[in-house]
Amino acid sequence: MGTGIMALDSLLNSPRKLTRGLLDSHLVESLLTPNPVERYVGMIDPVWSRRDVRAKVVAVERQTPRSVTLTLEPNSNWNGFEPGQHVGVTVEIDGRLTTRFYSPAGAAAGKGLELTITRHPGGKVSEHLADIAAPGMVVGLSPAEGEFTLPSTRPDHLLLISGGSGITPVMSMLRTLCAEGHDRPVTFLHFARTPQDAIYARELQALGEAHANLNVVTVFTREGTKPQHLTRATLKSICPDYLAAETYVCGPNALVDAAEKLWKRDRNADRLHTEPFTLPEPTVVAADATGSVTFKRSGIAVENDGQSLLLQAEQGNLSPRHGCRMGICHTCVCRVESGTVRHVRTGEVKTLNNELVQICVNAPVGDIEIDL
Amino acid sequence: MPKTATKHTGAVADPEFQLTPEQLDLFGEELDALRERVLDDLGQRDSDYIHNILNAQRGFEVAGRGMLFLSFIPPAWIAGTISLSISKILDNMEIGHNVMHGQYDWTQDPRLDSTQFEWDTSSPSENWKDSHNYQHHTHTNIVGKDRDIGYGILRMSEEQPWHPYYLGNLLYATLLMTFFEYGVAMHDLEVERMVSGEISFADKRKEFDNIWTKVRRQAIKDYVLFPLLAGPMAPAVFAGNFTANIARNVWSFMIIFCGHFPEGVEEFTEEETENETRGQWYYRQILGSANLTGGKLFHIMSGNLSHQIEHHLFPDIPAHRYAEIAVEVREACARFGIPYNTGPLHKQFGSVVKKIARLSLP
Ligand code: FES
Repeated sequence: MGTGIMALDSLLNSPRKLTRGLLDSHLVESLLTPNPVERYVGMIDPVWSRRDVRAKVVAVERQTPRSVTLTLEPNSNWNGFEPGQHVGVTVEIDGRLTTRFYSPAGAAAGKGLELTITRHPGGKVSEHLADIAAPGMVVGLSPAEGEFTLPSTRPDHLLLISGGSGITPVMSMLRTLCAEGHDRPVTFLHFARTPQDAIYARELQALGEAHANLNVVTVFTREGTKPQHLTRATLKSICPDYLAAETYVCGPNALVDAAEKLWKRDRNADRLHTEPFTLPEPTVVAADATGSVTFKRSGIAVENDGQSLLLQAEQGNLSPRHGCRMGICHTCVCRVESGTVRHVRTGEVKTLNNELVQICVNAPVGDIEIDL
Repeated sequence: MPKTATKHTGAVADPEFQLTPEQLDLFGEELDALRERVLDDLGQRDSDYIHNILNAQRGFEVAGRGMLFLSFIPPAWIAGTISLSISKILDNMEIGHNVMHGQYDWTQDPRLDSTQFEWDTSSPSENWKDSHNYQHHTHTNIVGKDRDIGYGILRMSEEQPWHPYYLGNLLYATLLMTFFEYGVAMHDLEVERMVSGEISFADKRKEFDNIWTKVRRQAIKDYVLFPLLAGPMAPAVFAGNFTANIARNVWSFMIIFCGHFPEGVEEFTEEETENETRGQWYYRQILGSANLTGGKLFHIMSGNLSHQIEHHLFPDIPAHRYAEIAVEVREACARFGIPYNTGPLHKQFGSVVKKIARLSLP
């Protein structure tokens, strides 16, 4: 009885909880059936959702000509992130919802969510955001994920290396450490093309001045007479005892590869943690059948023989739902987690990333993972 | 009076519309090219369109239910009922039917995902997608395979042998029209095959459970919860919801029956349609469908099923594109000498009624 009154009391004192409780109730569900509550609440508040994570853009800053920094305010379904992790950002482009992954750059405990997105030529989402992001815009988010994170017992010696837009996850680590009052040595080594391209330059300088344990070095790869890259000599000059440091590297493949080679040669690979960012470009264009088809839900994998996904599933003794087998009825649509398909009639090749596809008229090109 | 198959055939045997296989291939290639052109062009315009319709539907729904609560003012009851009817018609036709065809799967929007979408009617989307998208759209107007011919209740074709039961054809049609949502929901049970002993109830247990759950949910919403919430207005809300459901039923029945049963629409036999080429398949879809003429609003309210011919050619292209596509389809049909059946609602529906009446007799 007493607890009941208390619960009621706290509900009444918190209009948000009350609304939430009401919108989650069976009664509301039965009244709105067959539609989800979102369909109606979305008319008033497009950020609200029962389960999905969505966020509103509250600030937009263009630090460099090629980048845009967004501050997002996620809805209550957002569970935060660990520095170094990434989140999927979904926006509508030409009528299609399109998702790309970005690493938040802010401190983990900070308010809001800061993303710095660098324009990649041909990169749909980055160009879209760089062009039109404005306060008030609503984007979809996926929960943060990724293993590229600091251990909870912070290491005694840290080396954070980044290249270009790969700065964001390590920036998040650095800001988190500073906010925690971390007082052991941290070396922050960043490679940017030119001073105009250096994201967070001013803040890094200020942090370096404010924290005696922090050594910030920025190397410009396209300045001077010859290009500068990650070599043992650079490392030794900047961080002489780098072999003893727990090292985190994020950047273009070339940078990550170089680091991996160096650390392997030193037999020190255990200390190295890397996060390459691969551009989300269609990787396979050849129409020949290679790789394997993985049916995720059934835990079966078959060698790709170039036939339609439906036929290959059936040969693997699965019986996916289907109807016409000729691309009309959409009974057979399934979600492809990742992979490339070719339309058997039109020859159109598409790279899919968690998207629906008609399996009766699409054949895999290379490895594919499908939710079947 | 048994009739022979050749009397009604289109695609293969009818000398009147005979096209050579080469012509049919050419025709098929033209339509394939048209299809690719439109698919490539899908974009923001289509997404904006369907979201506008979704907004309108929600607006009508909220306004309709709201006004019904104010039924003590008589005009509010009328306006509320009309508004709710419009909401249900938009939900079922321009949104539900079309989304479940996968017309908007390309948007990747979970709200428009054909595998997830559920509509405001008694028929569960899951069952409906099978009987409609697959059986009806693939086997359009093939007597014995397309169960939309008469819904297992009516005699809609001379090919269906007459039985004294069919003396009630017009009566059954009227009942089906009034309670169309339940007719559509029961469609998947294949009651006629249960009656003939071909299948047993146990074979359809899963479908039945699905249907029952959905029917119950819909009924609880419209006939119990909303009336109860209205307190003293309960009877008025009940009546408004009931009327809106019936209005939706009658309207969708009319549009759907005008799609395949007006005078001049062809039927086919299984033998004729074996090993069809793409051209032949397109050809059968055109001969087996009929359009309705009307203004823009009429097309929206019919879910663009007024462009039944274009819908059957390209069932997964967003339906609001059919009006543009129709111009090219008509032109191609004229060039190839393929009949293109179209007319205003009163004329097409009149001929459907005539057909139902005529077929009640042997
Ligand atoms: S089975 Fe009909 S579209 Fe694939």
